[in-house]
Amino acid sequence: MTSVKSLLTKPWIWSFIGALLVWLATIAFTGGYGAGGMVTAALSLAVFTVIVGVGQMFVITLGPGNVDLSLPANIGLASAVAMKVMDGNDSMIVVGLLAALACGAAVGAVNYLLIWALRIPPIIATLSASFIIQSIDISYGRGLQIKPPPGFADFANWQVLGIPVLAILTVLFTIGAAIALQRMIFGRSVLAIGQNIRAAWLAGVNVGRIRFLTYTLSGALGGIDGALLAGYFRGANVDIGNEYLLASIAVVVIGGTSVAGGKANVPGVWGAALFLVLLLTMLNTFGVSAGVRLLLTGLIIVGVITAAGGQKALR
Amino acid sequence: MRPEMTTASLDTAARTSAERGALARARLLRGLLPALSLALVLLAIAWLNPRAISYFGFSLMLNLAIPIALATIAQMFVIAGNELDLSIGTFVGFVGCVTATWLKDAPLIGAAILLGSIGVYALLGALIHLRNLPSIVVTLGMSFVWQGLAILVLPKPGGKAPDWLLGLMAFKPPFVPFPIIAALVIGLIVHFGLMRTSYGVILRGSGGNPAALGRAGWSLLKTKIVLFALAGLFGVLSGMALIGITTSADANIGNGYTLLAIAGVILGGGEFVGGRVSPIGAVIGALTLALAASPLLTFMHIPPDWQVAANGAILIIVLAARVLISRRER
Repeated sequence: MTSVKSLLTKPWIWSFIGALLVWLATIAFTGGYGAGGMVTAALSLAVFTVIVGVGQMFVITLGPGNVDLSLPANIGLASAVAMKVMDGNDSMIVVGLLAALACGAAVGAVNYLLIWALRIPPIIATLSASFIIQSIDISYGRGLQIKPPPGFADFANWQVLGIPVLAILTVLFTIGAAIALQRMIFGRSVLAIGQNIRAAWLAGVNVGRIRFLTYTLSGALGGIDGALLAGYFRGANVDIGNEYLLASIAVVVIGGTSVAGGKANVPGVWGAALFLVLLLTMLNTFGVSAGVRLLLTGLIIVGVITAAGGQKALR
Repeated sequence: MRPEMTTASLDTAARTSAERGALARARLLRGLLPALSLALVLLAIAWLNPRAISYFGFSLMLNLAIPIALATIAQMFVIAGNELDLSIGTFVGFVGCVTATWLKDAPLIGAAILLGSIGVYALLGALIHLRNLPSIVVTLGMSFVWQGLAILVLPKPGGKAPDWLLGLMAFKPPFVPFPIIAALVIGLIVHFGLMRTSYGVILRGSGGNPAALGRAGWSLLKTKIVLFALAGLFGVLSGMALIGITTSADANIGNGYTLLAIAGVILGGGEFVGGRVSPIGAVIGALTLALAASPLLTFMHIPPDWQVAANGAILIIVLAARVLISRRER
């Protein structure tokens, strides 16, 4: 009993409970039909939100005002770069992935360069960067209708016993991220900066370097996400990352990470991502129109945030 | 927030009068920065295409400046309270859809819907304050709500603006084009209200030092509600003005305004925290973006692909200039 009680006090458990409830509601509606298929589909789609969500989580943990608004543009550009480098050629898959990773990391580094050199809030820096990236992507990706190499598309859609391989790899990645956050100097420094940037600086944390690394990490994860998305959906386009602005921030907050910074939660990102994906599946299954679906998604996010509430910094 | 800033502000205590003179000049320069950037963009346009600097040219180039300026003012009220509204764009789109349907066919119901939506904004302000919520997430969620409602009101692009609104937006005053007059009027009214009245000071103070204001007995709940309600009001005006110009609506018509409005506020000298905003600056920022985004690029023969980048580049250049000036302030 005590273990159940201690489990319920964990902030991230609620996102999993929410995901479970949504799933049960959907299979109750379909009469049990497609219950397994729904989990498979939810896992494959949640992967993309989890990858950028982890990047966004590290950024948000840096403290109030830290948020990466350039992720959608970053994902769009990296997906185009990856597809162009791979050029439909199976032997270029690794090179293409590295190119997307480098492209994303460069975007992240530029973000931090703007924050540091112009001393502007990260929101404005990542926003102005995203304007420029978006234009580069539109111009670069014009008329680009390159399909992913068959091997890469198969890899991105590969399933073993109904479990997407990409999801298994992402679980391993998130375990790594959790270790980095809680047990490594980098993660502890990010948490320290989020709790009190001045205290962290006085304690000898290289604040500038850690913030640079965090933004670069978020950018790099956005880049790899773009390449994987293009593989999964069998093609790159400018709008491929659009939904990941809301999604990346929402999963971080719903997952129990403090918006005030200094407190992060990796498992919650998974729970929240599954919750969001299953929520969309549920609304689609109920057969609601696009308008109602958007309306309910928004209301549920606002509702969940309100229920979670009260974590803002006392500035 | 950063260590070097705190030490810099401590230094200001010990300054000679000569240094103070230099400081005042730097502050003045900083205050003039929005106007200077607008002048630069205008000069560039005049140099590239002298014919554009005419009554007709300005009417055409500043065609969409009024709704952009109004949306920027809406965002400015939210930023003044240390919050950010990521839903203003889809809200403008929602208002546009209501304007092109209900407000024309059943004016009373249409007006009631629009007033109700301002009420929703006020409630959001209350919710954000009472539950200590991050405004970015709440408004990001609300952006889906407004977009969903807009699609429900107007599933396909269409509708028609009410005739009185069309007539108002097509107004052609002598000598000075309507967008310029409208921008001036908007800027001056908001400037007077926010910068020159005692409650305006309280509103800005709620962003500058909420703790002090709360201890002095002012209700922070009320200031947040008022700021968000004002944002809603100007969002409604922006959506109506937009439909008055485009004559018909589309659920996605306002989507670009969220980012444009934030950029406009910052270009106009606003700061993200501390309640430092400038209504006239915000209007000038909106005009600069409206001019630089499309007319300037067209005259420079740059393909429209780069329009969004131009906004980003202007933002970065102006912020860089601000840093250079601020360095002299130290």
